[in-house]
Amino acid sequence: MTRLNVNPTRMELKKLKARLVTATRGHKLLKDKSDEMVRRFSVIIKENKKLREEVEAQLSEVLKQFSVARSVTASYSAEAAFAMPAVSIEVECGSKSIMGVDVPVISPVQQQSSESLPYAFSEITGEADYSVEQASKLLPKMLKLAETEKAVRLLADEIERNKRRVNALEYVMIPQLEETIKYIKSKLDENERAAVIRLMKVKSKT
Amino acid sequence: MKGKMAIVGDGDSITVFKAAGVAAFPAENDVKARDILRRIAKEYQIIFLTEELARPLSEFTKRFDEETYPVILSVPSKAGSTGYGTQLLKDAMERALGVDILFNS
Repeated sequence: MTRLNVNPTRMELKKLKARLVTATRGHKLLKDKSDEMVRRFSVIIKENKKLREEVEAQLSEVLKQFSVARSVTASYSAEAAFAMPAVSIEVECGSKSIMGVDVPVISPVQQQSSESLPYAFSEITGEADYSVEQASKLLPKMLKLAETEKAVRLLADEIERNKRRVNALEYVMIPQLEETIKYIKSKLDENERAAVIRLMKVKSKT
Repeated sequence: MKGKMAIVGDGDSITVFKAAGVAAFPAENDVKARDILRRIAKEYQIIFLTEELARPLSEFTKRFDEETYPVILSVPSKAGSTGYGTQLLKDAMERALGVDILFNS
């Protein structure tokens, strides 16, 4: 390990010791942060996996159902029927902080006229009604999935970054400081011994 | 803050969501989808993207990973799940933890 390029003086020694204390404390803090983030992360990712499996299964079901419903209607009239949605869903987007990482919180806002389908009943078959309803029901779950998945990705990034910081402190910064402190100490001791010997020599000559 | 939802995908997969009240943007290939995403990323907070389009655009959508919003979520299209969503999850997990705690069975 390379040592820092400093003059071996008492002043520098004092400064380096202070830096070592700070670095050690920072390292401990960051390590604790990393541990806690990993714990939270594993909770969230398990939830995310479960949600994703559910959403994927249900969504495939809905889409399959819908393509069946569509196939019995003429393509152009289906296009026209769905072109103008009657409901427009709004969501409330907030954010919360998990260990200093801002993650989204998404909650659907209750829409007023949930029953109105965007087409006349004569145009489209009942299967389509059913699949649209299913899709509407699935949306809150999809929002939840979006929320957790984003949280997973943000947390993963932050954990990675934090790990890099911890390692930089643990394997570069702290050993460097320790090595330099040791070097200065031995240099100062050496100087002291040299001074003593010099005094003894001077004394023996007279 | 009020947010809006959008879905980007091939025509058949997104129509049902259009009826459910989600803004739908049809895109038949990834080039088109990229244009659409670039245009709507500021306006819509939650964007669903079908897996067929999300896969070639993974590099492009990475740039949204840094920010809290917009959230881009890949969803299976009518062809069924391709496992891309699980793949993303696995990548994130391996990046963060270094080990596989979910899919090793």
